[in-house]
Amino acid sequence: MNWAAIAAIYRFEMARFFRTLTQSFISPVLSTSLYFVVFGTAIGSRIQEIEGVSYGAFIVPGLVMLSVVMLAISNASFGIYFPKFLGTIYELLSAPVNFIEIVIGYVGAAATKALFVGVVILLTASFFVDLRIEHPLAMVAFLVLTCLSFSLLGFIIGIWASNFEQMSLVPQLVVTPLIFLGGTFYSISMLPPVWQTITLFNPVVYLISGFRWSFYGLADVPVALSLLAIAAFTGLCLAVIWWIFRTGWRIRN
Amino acid sequence: MKTILSIRDLRKSYADGFEALKGVTLDIREGEILALLGPNGAGKTTLISTVCGITTPSSGSVTVGGHDIQTDFRAARRMIGLVPQEIALEPFEKVMNTVRFSRGLFGKRANDGRIEEVLRKLSLWDKRRNAIKELSGGMKRRVLIAKALAHDPRVLFLDEPTAGVDVELRKDMWDIVAELKAAGVTIILTTHYIEEAEAIADRVGVINKGELLLVEDKAKLMARMGKKQLSVMLSRPITAIPPALARHNLELNGAGDELLYTYDTHADRTGITKLLNDVAEAGLVLRDVATRQSSLEEIFVTLVKGETP
Repeated sequence: MNWAAIAAIYRFEMARFFRTLTQSFISPVLSTSLYFVVFGTAIGSRIQEIEGVSYGAFIVPGLVMLSVVMLAISNASFGIYFPKFLGTIYELLSAPVNFIEIVIGYVGAAATKALFVGVVILLTASFFVDLRIEHPLAMVAFLVLTCLSFSLLGFIIGIWASNFEQMSLVPQLVVTPLIFLGGTFYSISMLPPVWQTITLFNPVVYLISGFRWSFYGLADVPVALSLLAIAAFTGLCLAVIWWIFRTGWRIRN
Repeated sequence: MKTILSIRDLRKSYADGFEALKGVTLDIREGEILALLGPNGAGKTTLISTVCGITTPSSGSVTVGGHDIQTDFRAARRMIGLVPQEIALEPFEKVMNTVRFSRGLFGKRANDGRIEEVLRKLSLWDKRRNAIKELSGGMKRRVLIAKALAHDPRVLFLDEPTAGVDVELRKDMWDIVAELKAAGVTIILTTHYIEEAEAIADRVGVINKGELLLVEDKAKLMARMGKKQLSVMLSRPITAIPPALARHNLELNGAGDELLYTYDTHADRTGITKLLNDVAEAGLVLRDVATRQSSLEEIFVTLVKGETP
């Protein structure tokens, strides 16, 4: 393993994050506060408790997932797309590194940034609602796995994208709807039976359900299934990246 | 001299059937400067990209210091530094950080002392805290060289290092190349500035349409292919070459005041004495004489036109 290369990529990517630390910090705090003002206070006050949890507290895991998933994708896709766009990827391709080291460097940095923002959102949320974390280890595991798996997806998007428009295409057209329809702001049990069945085909449901379970012990689907789903998604992303580097798709001529 | 880079029957074809490299075989000796000359689209950059790992070869093999670029890519790539043709740098990053990144990427431990040496050598030390976007084009090109040298490569590829740079910077680049050679670094540079190859290369390779037409010692190439011409300028123009001078195969210029005599410098007799005697006997009065040697550029044009060397 070329550990020096992994560290170099990681540090280089984190430096970009630290250059814009204020924005990185203020943006999630502001958007989370807005969600709580709108959904938690204005609308939430008219919604009854869900299985003993206030609506404001109920939406916290979903809000964290919403931001973490979007940030993991955007950080990782930008991280690898920018060198492609600038042409600096020549250095990466001519360096004594294999795809595992490149992925660890870029995805590790993107996941760290997403994790940082996830923690900031949780801290912000704790000012608005009483947070209860019943399974802290599971909570950390779900959060870290989500950061990693969606950073892997972002990495794939960054390699696939040929322009900046394509970079935002998948997050906006696919991921955002899946997250909003995945139980961020409601429990699946609140839907009519037909929609409950349809919703089970949305992979994000398993993610939010498992994460919410780690907070309040409430789950729409079995926790083991949630873990299995996120592990399978991570495995799928890794397989796609392995194939990309093996064939040189969109990176090597 | 030991071979440090060995290329064997290297081929690169693209999906549309275009063959960018058609079986290139080339040995590069340790410590030499090899200039690869060729017109745009000849395959120079493809050759470099393939050796450096940016492009996957279709067939053939390349070893660097005995390490195969595919089966032993880590050892091979550690020995190589690449300065690309285009200026490709992260605009918001600081000079020092981007050079540190390059050193780390090639598996070397952080060593700011070594990076300082490289930056000083390239007159970049004062700019180390500047963001790349604040630098001039020439400075950016130096940063690219610093990045390529950050891991102390044994073989340095310079892809069109002086394309679009001013005369002063070009001379600076040549000085840098000379210093690197003195430090034992093998340098392969591509260029279509013939004077660049003429000024700094030990050997010259000519590539066209994916084929290596020749690789030869620069001095030998020029001696072998370099014709010399004697220009005899006359005080009074003439309308035709006098019959007494017919055996010398002279050319008369349009104005009629210059006779051109082409000769081989390596022949036992150049025929110059005889020519000058005959010119005097023909009653022509000389104003001046001058000699001129053909440049690499003319040799290059001859080669790419498909004429036999």
